[in-house]
Amino acid sequence: MNRFFSFGRLGALLVKEFIQMRRDRVTFAMMLGVPLMQLLLFGYAINTDPKSLPAALVATGNDHYTRAIVSALQTTNYYRFDHVAESAAEAERLMARGEVSFVVTIPSDFARRVDRGEAPQILIEADATDPSASSGAVSTLSTLAARALNRERGVAPGAVGGPALDVVVHRRYNPEGISQYNIVPGLLGVILQMTMVMMTSIALTREIERGTMENLLAMPASPAEIMLGKVLPYLVVGGVQVAVVLVTAKLLFSVPFVGSLPLLLGAILIFVLALVLLGYTISTIARTQMQALQLAFFFFLPSILVSGFMFPYRGMPGWAQLFGEILPLTHFLRVVRAVMLKGADLAAIGTEIAWLIGFVAFFSALALLRFRRTLD
Amino acid sequence: MNAIDVHGLVKRFGNKTVVDNVSMQVAPGEIVGFLGPNGSGKTTTIRIMCGLLTPDAGSGRVLGYNLLTDSLKIKREVGYMTQKFSFYEDLTIAENLEFVARLYRLKPVANHVADTLADLGMTSRRNQLAGTLSGGWKQRLALAACIMHQPKLLLLDEPTAGVDPKARREFWDEIHRLARDGLTVLVSTHYMDEAERCHRIAYISYGRMLTTGSVAEVVANAGLITYIVSGPGLAGIAAALESRDGVEQVAPFGATLHVVGSDRQELEAALSDIAARDGVTVAPGETSLEDVFIQFMAGSKDNMA
Ligand SMILES: Nc1ncnc2c1ncn2[C@@H]1O[C@H](COP(=O)(O)OP(=O)(O)O)[C@@H](O)[C@H]1O
Ligand SMILES: [Mg+2]
Repeated sequence: MNRFFSFGRLGALLVKEFIQMRRDRVTFAMMLGVPLMQLLLFGYAINTDPKSLPAALVATGNDHYTRAIVSALQTTNYYRFDHVAESAAEAERLMARGEVSFVVTIPSDFARRVDRGEAPQILIEADATDPSASSGAVSTLSTLAARALNRERGVAPGAVGGPALDVVVHRRYNPEGISQYNIVPGLLGVILQMTMVMMTSIALTREIERGTMENLLAMPASPAEIMLGKVLPYLVVGGVQVAVVLVTAKLLFSVPFVGSLPLLLGAILIFVLALVLLGYTISTIARTQMQALQLAFFFFLPSILVSGFMFPYRGMPGWAQLFGEILPLTHFLRVVRAVMLKGADLAAIGTEIAWLIGFVAFFSALALLRFRRTLD
Repeated sequence: MNAIDVHGLVKRFGNKTVVDNVSMQVAPGEIVGFLGPNGSGKTTTIRIMCGLLTPDAGSGRVLGYNLLTDSLKIKREVGYMTQKFSFYEDLTIAENLEFVARLYRLKPVANHVADTLADLGMTSRRNQLAGTLSGGWKQRLALAACIMHQPKLLLLDEPTAGVDPKARREFWDEIHRLARDGLTVLVSTHYMDEAERCHRIAYISYGRMLTTGSVAEVVANAGLITYIVSGPGLAGIAAALESRDGVEQVAPFGATLHVVGSDRQELEAALSDIAARDGVTVAPGETSLEDVFIQFMAGSKDNMA
């Protein structure tokens, strides 16, 4: 029999925790409902290929080529030409105000250049503050415009007819552009972060507020046993959430998965462990459940903002990148994107895994240090 | 070796001294009642003794283990029943008992739980949620849970508050049965009849231990004189007596009035004209434990300040 650790006592705590979890219907529903709802909400809101985006046309010429291209663009459903701008400056203002997502400019010398056999140019400016929204529209544009132009010139599809159309694309406000596949794997991290930290952050404060902490402390359970008894059940909850998100990602969003599943699951396990320990650390600091939730949320917001989930990490200022490094989510996002989308192996993500293991060690040490064995 | 042997315990919260130089010795097998007004520091003292609070000063041994360094060993051999029910209300009776049995590594768990349930007479209600139990049953469950691991010392913090007389009687019969088997019990209470069922009582006020001893000793040491007044117009007599020198307590008991003071001459002087009234008799009476406690409390108005 060990003074400081016994599996029997840990078992007691685990069984008790699972029963309470099962009996707390609301929380139980949250464990399944929240990830699903978030995934659908975020996933669809951010990721679907949006159609009928408002667009402005700047076309000073009124020739048949221009009209053909405009009507071809309209039939894609990607664009909805609500505005016909008189000048580039007016179009600029429309975009700045967010009234249009695109400005398509067909220069006045367009028809002349086509007739002369020179390469004609069109300019498309896309509001890339939400780049996933515009990427589909931009990528279809050049082929459609070229096809419409060729048809107008009487060139058979597939045949080479005259100089190619030159489409100049400007991504405004965010030149990097994130592909939509970036977001669903990222959501896995965000959802886990939110639910795992929140649920474990009230682990101890709930016992304190219900008055059961006094009894628990009066019985012979060591701080390590209490900590593991509190956090391990949530690994199972995390596992369920991971399955829900991965399956949904595959079925609804067709996110490619080129890497190794065991490697990803291993990384997720370490990440979730870091998260539940972070939550538990919060619960050793907070005095009430309300405080705990506030702390968890306090941690959640910067995680979303500077981890590279919302904004491209490389596009952030230096200080923000530095801040991002000390958040588990940042490292997990790199791992999950690298493994799912680029097929990275362990060697490629070794540093990030080491960071995550570091977080696990750091948070467990901090939680054990902070744990109060008495009611003082 | 004493089961409890602590000296000079001090506990402060902020700048308020809640336990002030408390010492206590309890012999094995003894039942000691711990009395004192609300907020006098009973719960705090008990928590210090089971390692839940660290004293700011003082030292001692509980079951032979050092209070300051061996709290894990103390926890293993002490049963502590908290003032407020602190088992899991969202667990059933059986699940709570199983939890306790596993934490104390009692084997086999199922047998220990089944025996405890049978002793409690709760076998048929084993799957009822603890939160749905009435106050009396919660107390019984809590007591059963904290003696399951056969502790050598029981610390009970107001175990019978809000429990009906029959359940209290059974509770105390059980305590005496356990003490006969060698268990030591320190029990805090506000009930006089319970104090009288203890081998010894200790009275604490404002964090200070005021007196300790058997009920007879405590009453004798208080040095109070009691007269019993009976006859017509007691309400008027009570009002008249309250302000007189030498009268410290006037309390109606049924058709009589208990008049208490600590100076015999002054008290008798105060009562002399009352005794002369028609139909009124004044006779010497026995001072009760309650009179003594009321006297203590009057000397230390409010412990909650
Ligand atoms: N954790 C605490 N922090 C601050 N004050 C406390 C704490 N616990 C108890 N007290 C105060 O200490 C005093 C003694 O409390 P307690 O030991 O519970 O008295 P009793 O059990 O005799 O009613 C009370 O005034 C109470 O308000
Ligand atoms: Mg108390």
